[in-house]
Amino acid sequence: MDNPLLEIKNLRIEATAYPPGEPPRHVVLVDDVSVSVQKGRVLGLIGESGAGKSTIGLASMAFGRGGVRLTGGQVLLNGRDIRGADAGTLRALRGREVTYVAQSAAAAFNPAKRLMEQVIETTLLHGVMGRPEAEARAVSLFRKLGLPNPEIFGARFPHQVSGGQLQRAMTAMALCPKPELVVFDEPTTALDVTTQIEVLAAIKEAIHDTGVAALYITHDLAVVAQVADDILVLRGGKRVEYGTTDQIINTPQEAYTRALVSVRSIDHVEKPLAAPILSVAGVTARYKGISFDVLKNVTVDLAPGQTLAVVGESGSGKSTLARVITGLLPAAQGRITFAGRQLSPDLASRTKDDLRELQMIYQMADTAMNPRQTVGTIIGRPLEFYFGLKGEAKRDRVQDLLDQIEMGKGYIDRYPAELSGGQKQRVCIARALAAKPKLIICDEVTSALDPLVADGILKLLLNLQAQEGVAYLFITHDLATVRAIADRIAVMYRGAVVRYGSKTDVLTPPFDDYTDLLLSSVPEMKLGWLEGVLLIRKMESAGN
Amino acid sequence: MHPVLILVTQRVALGLLLLLAVSVVIFAGTEALPGDVAQAILGQSATPEALANLRESLGLNQPPLTRYFNWIGGVLTGDLGVALTNGQDIAQAIGQRMGNTIFLAACAAAISVPLAILLGLVAARYNGRWPDKVISGITLSTISLPEFVAGYFVIYLLTQVVPIFQPVAMIFPGMTFWAKLHAVALPVIVLVLVVLAHMMRMTRAAILNVMQSAYIETAELKGLSPMAVIWRHALPNAIAPIISVVVINLAYLVVGVVVVEVVFSYNALGKYLVDHVAKRDLPVVQAVGMIFAAVYIGLNILADVVSIVANPRLRHPK
Amino acid sequence: MKMPLSALLGLIFTTLFFLAAIFANLLAPYPIDAAVGGVWEAPSATYWLGTDTIGRDILSRLIYGGQVTIFVATASSLLAFTLGSVLGFVAATQGGLVDQVLSRLVDLMMAIPALIIALVVLVVLPRSLITLILLMGLLDATRVFRLSRAVAVDIAVMDYVEAARLRGERQGWIIFREILPNALSPLVAELGLRFIFAVLFISTLSFLGLGIQPPLADWGGMVQENKGGLIYGKAAALMPALAIAVLAISVNLVADWVLSRTTSLKGGRGG
Repeated sequence: MDNPLLEIKNLRIEATAYPPGEPPRHVVLVDDVSVSVQKGRVLGLIGESGAGKSTIGLASMAFGRGGVRLTGGQVLLNGRDIRGADAGTLRALRGREVTYVAQSAAAAFNPAKRLMEQVIETTLLHGVMGRPEAEARAVSLFRKLGLPNPEIFGARFPHQVSGGQLQRAMTAMALCPKPELVVFDEPTTALDVTTQIEVLAAIKEAIHDTGVAALYITHDLAVVAQVADDILVLRGGKRVEYGTTDQIINTPQEAYTRALVSVRSIDHVEKPLAAPILSVAGVTARYKGISFDVLKNVTVDLAPGQTLAVVGESGSGKSTLARVITGLLPAAQGRITFAGRQLSPDLASRTKDDLRELQMIYQMADTAMNPRQTVGTIIGRPLEFYFGLKGEAKRDRVQDLLDQIEMGKGYIDRYPAELSGGQKQRVCIARALAAKPKLIICDEVTSALDPLVADGILKLLLNLQAQEGVAYLFITHDLATVRAIADRIAVMYRGAVVRYGSKTDVLTPPFDDYTDLLLSSVPEMKLGWLEGVLLIRKMESAGN
Repeated sequence: MHPVLILVTQRVALGLLLLLAVSVVIFAGTEALPGDVAQAILGQSATPEALANLRESLGLNQPPLTRYFNWIGGVLTGDLGVALTNGQDIAQAIGQRMGNTIFLAACAAAISVPLAILLGLVAARYNGRWPDKVISGITLSTISLPEFVAGYFVIYLLTQVVPIFQPVAMIFPGMTFWAKLHAVALPVIVLVLVVLAHMMRMTRAAILNVMQSAYIETAELKGLSPMAVIWRHALPNAIAPIISVVVINLAYLVVGVVVVEVVFSYNALGKYLVDHVAKRDLPVVQAVGMIFAAVYIGLNILADVVSIVANPRLRHPK
Repeated sequence: MKMPLSALLGLIFTTLFFLAAIFANLLAPYPIDAAVGGVWEAPSATYWLGTDTIGRDILSRLIYGGQVTIFVATASSLLAFTLGSVLGFVAATQGGLVDQVLSRLVDLMMAIPALIIALVVLVVLPRSLITLILLMGLLDATRVFRLSRAVAVDIAVMDYVEAARLRGERQGWIIFREILPNALSPLVAELGLRFIFAVLFISTLSFLGLGIQPPLADWGGMVQENKGGLIYGKAAALMPALAIAVLAISVNLVADWVLSRTTSLKGGRGG
């Protein structure tokens, strides 16, 4: 075997954290990690937030964000140790031998400069080629990456193109100077699922065609399985498992890896159709100052103790539906019936029982809880407000609820800032439960969480549904979540419901075009899935 | 029409409207007060004849709206009326003094603007290290000083402890440019001291804000040298906020001038204003107050226009 | 929780100034208005800070003057603060026409430098304590209004406020229990800044001869009385000037610290 292109040996990375109002704290971000990348191979770095995967990615360019320091071990690039190399050496290799693609291309491009200038900047700076050749190469990369009008694409400013296009432009920027290694840091995470598959395919093809080696960083194992040759699983800055993609996906050795692979495999059998507790009939809505309807004639039903999943991409109107049902945005037309009575469109004129029986849980638990209130106050307030509970009785009931969300003793007097992401979301669930609701609207409640934590929340929600008989209106963009929890599904696209029915019906062909595109774009945890989908799509378009 | 042009036109039109509203405030500021304006000016011991005369010369016998339109009409045509105290033509009195005020403010701006930007750049470049701490510490102290306090400290230091300057700043027609410069050195130093701190702190904040953007990290990961990162990626984005900061602080300078002129008995617009407040000379105060307000508003409009024009999203719409 | 040295010093000096103002009658060695020594005597064991332009003890006048300066500044900043924050919160939570009218009015007031407005109205107003307090309080309320409205608007869009609305909570609960506790630190820091502004403003007006009138004395007026001595090398005018500077810097240090602590509430997710 040749010498590896990149070899990381016993890498240790540390940082000093400065929490406001407290003394500085020393933290170890990465501890004793070794890994190597051969020329032309792709290594996937996978882990949850705080796993140190981005930190390792940047370390391959001997770069530390903020106060991050590479304190131990070696980073060998083509055999020479670049850890602690002088600034001149590092400048010569950054942007030339190793390049970088950031998660948010929208922020990573300079808003004041045209795309072409930025894409060929390093190529000119490092003297790889002259301007005409560099521009020609950029145009050919634009074409290869499937960007529209590749000849004139570079003349545009970053704000003039879409997020998916920017992500591809950034890939072109990374590939332009003909580097040996490209670091992809969550390049598709911020994109909608139907855009993600296109960008993913473009990146994979570009890597393949140019023969460049790559580090591909992501939290989504199904995504990395499509592009990586090898995978390193990280947790808390330490190595969990390292092997070929095939081995990691099909025969994981460590318990943590097995959990990651089997995530979202909750088996949920749909319940039979029943008389609805919530019916939304012909609802149309628009925001003030916007000239089109955000919701168009939406009709859905939800039975007691069941879950209706509302699926769609950003801009589909799914969160607006939640605002209309809660009364935050009064509907322009249509009727909402809840628990046998017609709901007033406007929040202000609803009865206390209407409000109590219809609760809501938010995507960002951080902003859904008042940072100045303790867990006891947050969960206790609905008990006091709706049922007049006070003192010991209230405290006992809060503790019951905490037990119910599997948090137990010792949390009642804590502030939200002292809880983990998953715990915060659990407290929000407890606050909703405290009102003894008949329906809880869950707005992307697992989207901001790491996969294993999200799994825990979904299981909790299912258990609570079985115990309390509460119905969920579950808004999400993630189809794996839908499979895990839904009894009925409504697929939304541009403000309208395009497909609606029981889970089995909605997920079984024949599909309409949009549902087909949406379903087939969700990455699956198996090798060769991406090629399979692309092949089918190519055949279909050839057939038309 | 280009969106930038539309926005700029809107902003300027809004500014003119604001100026009109401000003229109402300045005019009505003295109208809305309880009691009789003539009595307030002349005091309790005034004779009935004197009161009647004053009412006549202020036009107080006419309805307020008529008086306002007479006044604003005069302002717009350059006729500011005559001073109550000595019957002098106000426009003429202002004309002489305006030049002196502009000279003083321009000297202060010429020194403080480049200095503030330079110090702001240095402080941002060494963010959190000792040059930043020293600069920020000193400016935090000068920010807490009113103009006249800074003024007397400087006078004491530079005329008594190290006697190199005269404590009063007299300039008169016929002086050479260099003699004038020497004469205004002390007030200029004080103005620079007062305005520099704000300007430097805001410049530093504007640069740091840009330096923390993700595209700066992109530039660093491209292997650009620190100077190239600043020059090619930070500056094009920081230039608009910096200009905006500078212009806003020039507006502060306009007000600082008033007090500094009094401290140094510098015969210009600000001192003229304060002297006539003490003498309760209403027409003079209204006229000069309107001029200061107009300059202040004009500079603020300029700052807004700069940031509109410099925004790439507006200049190159989708 | 640890307090940085600068903030601690600021707090100590601020407290000392306030104590001196409150107990002026007990602390001042000489009466406020009695000529007890020669003109512009140098500091000595008898007159710790020397004497002024007509032979009065500067230390005594400084203590009494501080009482006036601090009283006027406190009264006007409290007025500004109460008026500005109540209206700001109402504008933010009420929205609509109330918000529009108040905001445009404040825009208009802030379009003219405060000193210029003050000079214009002081042409005809009696220069009494009450006028000065009302004038400064009103002018400064505009800044408090802008800040508290902005802070409240930021908080009002948070999900926890929406959650309270969905629960059916009344406006009172939402303002006092959800919004106010989270707006408190920036507002407290602002109170400090408003106090400094009031100290500097009243001092400047008095220095221009338009503020506190004799027989009362304040620091700005003392600078004005004694400025003539500077060109003879008499530093009497610098004593009140120094007092203004030290008080302003001390309060600034405390406010800075309070403001820096507000960021600690925003939890972040590490990457």
